[in-house]
Amino acid sequence: MQTTHVIKLDEIHKTYHTGEVDVHAVRGVSLEILPGEFVAIMGSSGSGKSTLMNMIGALDRPTGGHYWLDGIDISTLDRDALADIRNEKIGFVFQGFNLLSRTSALENVEMPMLYHRHRILAHEQFERATHALALVGLGDRSDHHPNQLSGGQQQRVAIARALVNRPALLLADEPTGNLDSQTSIEVMGVFQKLNNQGITIVMVTHELDVARYTKRMVILRDGKILTDEAVADRLNAEQELGKLKQAQQAVQLA
Amino acid sequence: MRIFASLRIAGRALRRNKMRSLLTMLGIIIGVGAVIGSVSLTTGATKQVEDQVASLGENVITVFSGNFTSGAMRGGWGSAPTLTLDDAKAIAKLPDVLAVSPEVRDREQILANGLNWNTQVMGESPDYPQILNRSIISGVMFGDQEVRSLAKSAVIGKTVADQLFPNEDPLGQTVRIRNLPFQIIGVLTPKGFNLFGQDQDDVVVVPYSSHMHRITARTFLNDILVEATSDKTILKAQDEITDLLTTRHRSKDPDFTVRNQADLMDRVSASSKVMGGLLAGVAAVSLIVGGIGIMNIMLVSVTERTREIGIRMAVGARAADILVQFLIEAVTLSAIGGSIGIAGGMTFSWLIARLQHWPTSTPTVWIVVAFISSAVIGVISGFYPAWKASKLDPIDALRYE
Repeated sequence: MQTTHVIKLDEIHKTYHTGEVDVHAVRGVSLEILPGEFVAIMGSSGSGKSTLMNMIGALDRPTGGHYWLDGIDISTLDRDALADIRNEKIGFVFQGFNLLSRTSALENVEMPMLYHRHRILAHEQFERATHALALVGLGDRSDHHPNQLSGGQQQRVAIARALVNRPALLLADEPTGNLDSQTSIEVMGVFQKLNNQGITIVMVTHELDVARYTKRMVILRDGKILTDEAVADRLNAEQELGKLKQAQQAVQLA
Repeated sequence: MRIFASLRIAGRALRRNKMRSLLTMLGIIIGVGAVIGSVSLTTGATKQVEDQVASLGENVITVFSGNFTSGAMRGGWGSAPTLTLDDAKAIAKLPDVLAVSPEVRDREQILANGLNWNTQVMGESPDYPQILNRSIISGVMFGDQEVRSLAKSAVIGKTVADQLFPNEDPLGQTVRIRNLPFQIIGVLTPKGFNLFGQDQDDVVVVPYSSHMHRITARTFLNDILVEATSDKTILKAQDEITDLLTTRHRSKDPDFTVRNQADLMDRVSASSKVMGGLLAGVAAVSLIVGGIGIMNIMLVSVTERTREIGIRMAVGARAADILVQFLIEAVTLSAIGGSIGIAGGMTFSWLIARLQHWPTSTPTVWIVVAFISSAVIGVISGFYPAWKASKLDPIDALRYE
């Protein structure tokens, strides 16, 4: 039954025809992700993880194979249909936050609802955006503009924006890439909390430290899956944050 | 996406770059302002001229006598004595002619009340006020009785009244023309200056018979004023007069000219049409320049906001949503610019009306035309940049620095 999977990839290929040489970025990836999973896709640069991510995120189409997202085969959909899928099924979190500058946190979070196929009333937009911001712990910052927020807070606004249309899947592309270690742990804490509430999360990262907060690690090399296993020594963000603070206090006392 | 949300996004984008938006709009503001201003001026001028032509009298045909040639010297129209009183009487019997006034003109130094004044003394028939759309403000017009009896009765214009009888009622007073005492029986309603800058109130009107026998001893007329029965019969009446006079004068070359007010009106409105067309051409060019300005800025804006477009696409904006967003932004720019331009053009024409005392009038249809054309220019000049934005690939747009 395909509908039980959030993601089902079947022999996905992606070949770029640029210049004289064809580049096989992804060469036959099959992957199944069930609801409530928290998966890290890892790999060095050139391993095809970004290309795979773009396809999982419905930003790009595979050149071969099939991709079912929430039971829908989206590998053959056209541009507009893909836009609707991104709007309704997927929440994006980027490395560079990608918030609209000079636009309040609340309006940033409301933006995906503007493009929803079914009209969402203004007061409902406001309620849902406020709720999403509260969920990531920024309920009191809704009128702040991105340049008035720290990196971690900006990333949490981006997570709130990703959640606001109640997607089947939360996709994060190097979400901690631009953050310091403590803020990274805080953001991973937010992801763990959301995952505990049942939200499926797929995250691309090249940092093993970050991947250890997830439940399952998929390692790519040369466009193929090298290993796919559960995270054995999983970290808990709350505990790690506690340890970090103790260490900092120890340094200050010494 | 809903239009309202698009409008809000467009409004925010425009407010973010106030100076740039204003400068972009300036092209449209000047273009539309120029259209409205020039249309207001030419419409006002045309209307004034038309009013003046109409005030000369409706359905009026003027028959001028031919020109006088002696050796190499050629006089102008009316210089040759070819029109007679009998001609005028024959014209009066034509079917499409309502009224006729044989006209004899002469400049005279007139005296009254111890003052003197040089003015035009006209010999006319009692139909004169009716033909020229004039009325008597006080007293009466002379009638057929006065014409038959070569009466020394005169009707004077306001200017003559003011010059000879300041602070006095001229009615019943005597004015001396070539030393003959004429009694003033009426004063014409003031009419002001005509198209050619002549004071239509600087005039003394006497019966044509009195003029021809008592003042000038002339047997020929300067011209004949004719009123046709209606504006539909004016051309027919003109033909009838031409045929009649050609037969009566038995001349190969016509020794007379027949003109009507419509000819004059046509000539006047033709010149103002040329003027209006010229101004509209200049305005259209500046509107096109304004449109190019908008297109230019929209292209810059699309490039600058590539990342924003990528973000919007990533969260589910369709190509059409992006297209509409940028299109609305361009139309908002040009529509606001157009509105400011309309207000500016109307203010300008109002100022001209107040300060220069030129007649101006802004036709509503032109306000609508100006607004719609500025919006259309927004659509046209915004379409290419908006289309370019909508065709961006979301992955490339997100990667754009």
